[in-house]
Amino acid sequence: MPARIVVLGGGVGGTLTANLLSRELRRDAHVTVVDPTGMHVYQPGFLYVALGQANGRWLARDERLLLRRDVELVVEAAARVDHEAGVVHLARGGALPYDYLVLATGARLLPEQVPGMLEGAHDFYSLDGSLRLREALRAFDGGDIRIGIAGIPYKCPPAPVEFTLMLEQHLRERGIRDRSTVTLLSPLNRAFTIESASKLVQPIMERRGIELTTFFNVEEVDPVARTVSSLEGEKAEYDLLVLVPPHRGQQVIEDSGLGTTGGWIPTDPATLQPRTVDRVFAIGDATDLPISKSGSTAHFEAPVVASRIASLIRGTAPRESYGGRVMCFLETGNRRSTVLRFDYEHPPIPPKPSWHWHAAKALFNRLYWHTVPQGRIPERFGRPSKDRSGS
Amino acid sequence: MATGTATRSIDARGMPCPGPLMSLIGAIREGQIGDLIEVLSSDEGSKTDIPAWVTKAKHDLVETVPEDGFARFIVRKVR
Repeated sequence: MPARIVVLGGGVGGTLTANLLSRELRRDAHVTVVDPTGMHVYQPGFLYVALGQANGRWLARDERLLLRRDVELVVEAAARVDHEAGVVHLARGGALPYDYLVLATGARLLPEQVPGMLEGAHDFYSLDGSLRLREALRAFDGGDIRIGIAGIPYKCPPAPVEFTLMLEQHLRERGIRDRSTVTLLSPLNRAFTIESASKLVQPIMERRGIELTTFFNVEEVDPVARTVSSLEGEKAEYDLLVLVPPHRGQQVIEDSGLGTTGGWIPTDPATLQPRTVDRVFAIGDATDLPISKSGSTAHFEAPVVASRIASLIRGTAPRESYGGRVMCFLETGNRRSTVLRFDYEHPPIPPKPSWHWHAAKALFNRLYWHTVPQGRIPERFGRPSKDRSGS
Repeated sequence: MATGTATRSIDARGMPCPGPLMSLIGAIREGQIGDLIEVLSSDEGSKTDIPAWVTKAKHDLVETVPEDGFARFIVRKVR
């Protein structure tokens, strides 16, 4: 009888893990992906939609078309995992038994946790939010724009810095830069969580006249007075406010008793197994790992999870482990990008922003649909060691 | 400052930057005025980040104690 593998979540990690397992195990496994929408969304594209550089239509595709034919897709929300019984209970009352479970449930956005945020701020962390922000920017004719972060951890750590730098270019190209100010309100004492990347981007921000306010942990928005306040006691006025919403693990994780603080799954950094249960793996944004919440992380974790499950099913000792590998581009505006390649042990050494990396990102945006979900990116892609050679 | 007097203790040893600072910020957010929060951090950056944040946020860094391989920060929530 084939092993029953259930994958919760049809994002980067869930889709790739399911396809790799199906390809590797063939008739030895029956793989089922459970996803509440059945649509696969390319979230890095939100940034370009918000800035009017891309159409939202290319950001979502039918998950069914990205999965191998022998992977079953259940379009329904998972309500609860009963691990003792080895069953996932579905929102409409059905149940899926499993031998192995992959939790690729991602993160929830909770803008309602910040008083006034829904009424007074924009975001580019959802397609709807990006489209609304695009319209607000179209109507914007100069003034003070503040970009802030309403909670750590959040998905795609470079995104607020990228948005800030690309927005500055956008205002210049529209001829309204001289009557606008752009300020990044950072919760840390630098622009970006990773110190080496901050050292690269802060001088660029300074040269472009972008202000940086440090230690500004967003507490409250007053949409009438048009002010945003911080936990540190500061207040900033705005004409247009863009905030990264607070993030939390998914409800199904919390309802199943699998999450801790913030609803994230306590996960072993090497084996990617939750510390409290066996035959279960966690991947991508859903984990509590001290590494970026990003599609890239999930992309590099998926082969490890697939390999470990395949070994367990075949009765051999799992050998693959995750070393914290991540690779992500960081757009710096003016059609330039840098790249961050790192792992648990090696912080990134980002190269000077160049047209070359910007073109690579643009190409990746196009090729994503035909490469990442299917596991067609070569294994050596994005190794942090390349930066260490000084290239 | 004995550990036992802390209202809340956060063991952030092994957590990379900005984890220890963000854990402290989370505890301040949830705590009451007068609470004493203890943070244990092995991250070198905490030695500058935590005192700088406490000063900016106008709380009170009661004590910083260097230990073997980590530092112990005691912070009082003032407002």
